[in-house]
Amino acid sequence: MFTLGPLGFTAPWLLLGLIALPVLWILLRAVPPAPIRRRFPGVVLLLGLTDADSQSDRTPWWLLLLRLAAIAAVIIGFAGPILNPQDTRAGTDPLLIVADGTWADASDWQARTDRIGALLDNAARSGRTAAVVTLTDLPVDGPTFQSAEIAARGLPNLGPAPWEPDTVALTTFADTLTGTFDTFWLSDGLARDSRAPLLEALERHGRVTVFQTPRSTVALRPAQFVDGNIMLSATRTPTGPALTVPVQAIGLDPAGAERVLASVDMAFEAGEGIGDVTLSLPPELRNRVTRFAVAATRSAGAVTLTDDALRRREVALIAGGGEAEGLDLLSPLYYLREALSPTADLIDGTLDDVLLANPDVIVLADVANLSPTEEDGLVQWVEAGGLLLRFAGPRLAASDVGRTTEDPLLPVRLRAGGRSVGGAMSWGEPKALAAFPEGSPFFGLAIPADVTVASQVVAQPDPTLADRSIAQLADGTPLVTRKTMGEGQVVLVHVTANAEWSTLPLSGLFVQMLERLAISTRPTAPDAEALEGTVWLPQARLDAFGRLDDATSEAGIAGEMLALGVVGPDLPPGLYASEDARIAVNVAGPDTVLATAQWPARVPVEGLDVARETPLKGALLAAALALLMIDVIASLAVGGRLRGPRADVAAALTLGLLLGLAPHATRAQTPPNAAADDFAIAATSNVVLGYILTGDPQTDEISEAGLRGLSDTLTRRTSIEPAAPMAVNLETDELAFFPFLYWPVVPNAPLPSREAYAKLNRYLRTGGMILFDTRDADTAHFGSASPEGRQLQAIARTLDIPPLEPIPEDHVLTRTFYLLQDFPGRTDSRDVWVEAAPPDAELADGMPFRNLNDGVTPVVIGGNDWARAWAVDARGNSMFPVGRGQAGEVQREYAYRFGVNLIMHVLTGNYKSDQVHVPNLLERLGQ
Amino acid sequence: MTDALTLRAGAEAQASALPPLLAAAEHLASTVILGDHGRRRAGTGDTFWQYRSAQSTDHARSIDWRRSARSDASFVQDKEWQIAQSVVLWCDRGASMRFASTDKLPEKATVARTLVLACAILLIRGGERVGMTGSDLPPRRGTGQIAQMAALLARDDDADYALPEVRGLIPHSRAVFVSDFLGDIAPVEDALTRAADRGVRGALVQILDPQEEAFPFDGRTVFESMSGTLQHETLKAGDLRSRYLDRLAQRKDRLTQLARTTGWQFSTHHTDAPATQSLLWLYQSLAQPA
Repeated sequence: MFTLGPLGFTAPWLLLGLIALPVLWILLRAVPPAPIRRRFPGVVLLLGLTDADSQSDRTPWWLLLLRLAAIAAVIIGFAGPILNPQDTRAGTDPLLIVADGTWADASDWQARTDRIGALLDNAARSGRTAAVVTLTDLPVDGPTFQSAEIAARGLPNLGPAPWEPDTVALTTFADTLTGTFDTFWLSDGLARDSRAPLLEALERHGRVTVFQTPRSTVALRPAQFVDGNIMLSATRTPTGPALTVPVQAIGLDPAGAERVLASVDMAFEAGEGIGDVTLSLPPELRNRVTRFAVAATRSAGAVTLTDDALRRREVALIAGGGEAEGLDLLSPLYYLREALSPTADLIDGTLDDVLLANPDVIVLADVANLSPTEEDGLVQWVEAGGLLLRFAGPRLAASDVGRTTEDPLLPVRLRAGGRSVGGAMSWGEPKALAAFPEGSPFFGLAIPADVTVASQVVAQPDPTLADRSIAQLADGTPLVTRKTMGEGQVVLVHVTANAEWSTLPLSGLFVQMLERLAISTRPTAPDAEALEGTVWLPQARLDAFGRLDDATSEAGIAGEMLALGVVGPDLPPGLYASEDARIAVNVAGPDTVLATAQWPARVPVEGLDVARETPLKGALLAAALALLMIDVIASLAVGGRLRGPRADVAAALTLGLLLGLAPHATRAQTPPNAAADDFAIAATSNVVLGYILTGDPQTDEISEAGLRGLSDTLTRRTSIEPAAPMAVNLETDELAFFPFLYWPVVPNAPLPSREAYAKLNRYLRTGGMILFDTRDADTAHFGSASPEGRQLQAIARTLDIPPLEPIPEDHVLTRTFYLLQDFPGRTDSRDVWVEAAPPDAELADGMPFRNLNDGVTPVVIGGNDWARAWAVDARGNSMFPVGRGQAGEVQREYAYRFGVNLIMHVLTGNYKSDQVHVPNLLERLGQ
Repeated sequence: MTDALTLRAGAEAQASALPPLLAAAEHLASTVILGDHGRRRAGTGDTFWQYRSAQSTDHARSIDWRRSARSDASFVQDKEWQIAQSVVLWCDRGASMRFASTDKLPEKATVARTLVLACAILLIRGGERVGMTGSDLPPRRGTGQIAQMAALLARDDDADYALPEVRGLIPHSRAVFVSDFLGDIAPVEDALTRAADRGVRGALVQILDPQEEAFPFDGRTVFESMSGTLQHETLKAGDLRSRYLDRLAQRKDRLTQLARTTGWQFSTHHTDAPATQSLLWLYQSLAQPA
């Protein structure tokens, strides 16, 4: 390849064509442009006029230059220029490109494929055959050397695997190698025993070059429980300066969406290869964690799945005594249930049944005597790792269990009868708790001052008592004792599980203590023996990039494989489930330690960085095309074709080109919502009555006319002078501007949207009033007998409406302006409903009416079709007849009076109600 | 624009914008026919001129009884003697007129025909007699004449540049010639001189396309006449512009001078200008007393 600075040419001989450019210059200058034929009546006047210069306009120099530039671009373009051409690696032998393809490669897999691509490009240019192999996915019958272009085509299919190369498979692969070839080995940077043999095998066939970058690799080890907390640890290589990695706990939130539940920074000390951090999560959150991952690292090693180790524990609750009828709060298990149900699966049943379920914890609350079979079962279960938690109680205190000899299911011997302190028949104060001693599982828990113990069973002094006591009262009496038994333990709390003997179950400490006790009993992982012969179905599979894919459709895996625990193609990392247990297989085990791969000095090690080759051919040819396009327009301009009849077309084309090239003008700023502003200003510049748009034009018109009539009446008779009523669209308009809304209920109208309901409820809560008018003369009496009634029920179902009652005689609505007892509209039905008076409102002595609720009733519901009674047309004439004759007009007058009272009530609230006190106030002032 | 009806509709629209046109009367007995022009003497007409004593030759029914009743003698109402003017029109129908530089502009011929017909309509509405040169349409009154004229005008001529027609010019009448006057100037000179000899006065309207006035060409161009019979090739059209414009100005000067010597009026109308302007000019030039 011919190179010129950073430029290389694949076909440099074509550049000789540039010599022809000066010749072209002369030729182009000589050739005149083709004539245009034009119809022109004025030709007569031209006859006889000769050109001053017999030669045509010479092509201007800039146009010539343009054309020459275009041609030069074409010539150079076809000469195949390449920016930053890569040095061809010497050699003609076939090329084997080996990539480790492990999870450690995943985080920068793109860089690796780029590097492989560059190597293949090189090989293609020098005509070498090549083969690409990943060590985690070895071809069965050795590498196939083929043309480098074809090999490059398979590059997108190449991917890392979430496991490490298998030593046996590597040996087999090394045996399949034949012939002479050079090897490029893209290492993932991790030390591995299998590297050296393979390197030797490869070197037997030719030179080996290694590509490896000194980057940091972190692998997260499985999360472990240490003292009720989650212990996370990670290993890294190289062990460089101090490093902090953010680790995220990921799981499903209550809504079922996967999200980061907690985040913690894990710190590696400088020079330390292992970092760890303790994560303390509330049990509820911890139960949800499905995996931990190092944030922003795409690698399977940076993810560790959690399994049963974090699952909810099964707790069996068994209370002594029969089915005594009593209050829930007295049940010995009530507080236990309350405390454990959020964090544990509770099991009920008889002890025999419960033992079959093999729970993690069995709680015996005041159970004294057990049958021999039960006792044997319990002992076996505890020795197999169960936690038996016993609470004392009257029955235990009264029984002879553990009196003389230590009961196997009690940690200590008990003295008969127990003791009471601070009771009615005893001296002293109820005892408080002493601080938990170090070594106790409760160590560190704060003790609330109000936790006192009034009664307890008392342990017999024993040599072992001090060791077994894990919580004491202030006077040193053991409160909680524990003994280990086999793999399990027995814990006795010397008070009852209910609040009978102490206030402990009432306090938060009780929950914390239970937590400490229950959490420290997590199920042990099934061992190889248990796994033998079982089949585990993959639930989720971790790919090399740390993504979790659903794998429920894949075949099950034998338990033996799981017991072996070697991650590989046969056991991909992921989550495996049997009937009732789940096992996570992670890339990094609890003891994994990463180290950096070291290569012998004879092997050259290069970095991964690759300066991208940029072929310029396309760009140059495109530039040539663009230049020719410009030449077209310029030639037209020079030849006079951009004037005359077709000038507008040409101008339009040019303009179009320019516009197409110019960046699109920024979109005009959207004008502010002027309509909404106008609405707000109109609604707030004066008192405005509003009506809800129902979607029925006739109803809306009547509402408007009705409120207009009412507004006129108010203006005439009172100091309220409302502006013209406004229509309110529930969906789009703001309601807060209106003190009063009239809502005619129209059957079959669409219900308001959720947002509109939210708006309505806010409106009602903040002091707005809605007058619902079913306009059916209240024939339905609030029932579903009329379509309007049904619609009202549908509307009101979601509304925040307080209890209602028909307007009582002493309601403030009856006297805000006029004294009224009827509230007619176009019809005269008695029942109009308002917010009910508080139940304790009573008629005070000497008062004409009760001192009722403060504030304004948020809704008034009736069916009297008030809008029609109020409605006036533009000239102030009533639009609809009311009743007959004079009586009808009187009814209309009362309708107006109701309207006036209503608006007065809206605007003045309980003012009239308070006037009741005026005589009293005057009397006091007089004194 | 070969549809006579469309042509007439366009012309009517143009003519409606102006008041009825009255050509000044010429005192030529031989050509005078009764019309609407008052002759300041008694005669046949519509408008009152004077009362005179009834003669014995007067019919009894011509006696104005209303006037006679005020005195003992009988009076007869004399009317003012009215005459009509003959106007002869010529419109160039040559191929050169069928040129329009862009789609948006009308052809010159369209403009010329509309102008001529509008003028005819105005004249007929004013009571004049209007005809066309040549023997096809001698001057006559009445709206029927307009229809015939429209039909005649719709015809096209194949020749590149049409020659003015002076046959059918009635002595001492008025004439209007509408053309682009780009062809040979000699026949125009000849026609005008002969018309002037017969006492015919009138107006010349030159219709030009804006492109003919501007010559916005550049580069190597072959110019052709409308029928393609004439050709002129140039390598640099831009260089010819000044000389072309000179020649055009010379042509206009020649026409102006010709018009002045023969007592005619001359004006140039561009197809991108409103035709009303030129019609108004035509109206004024015909209304000028000879």
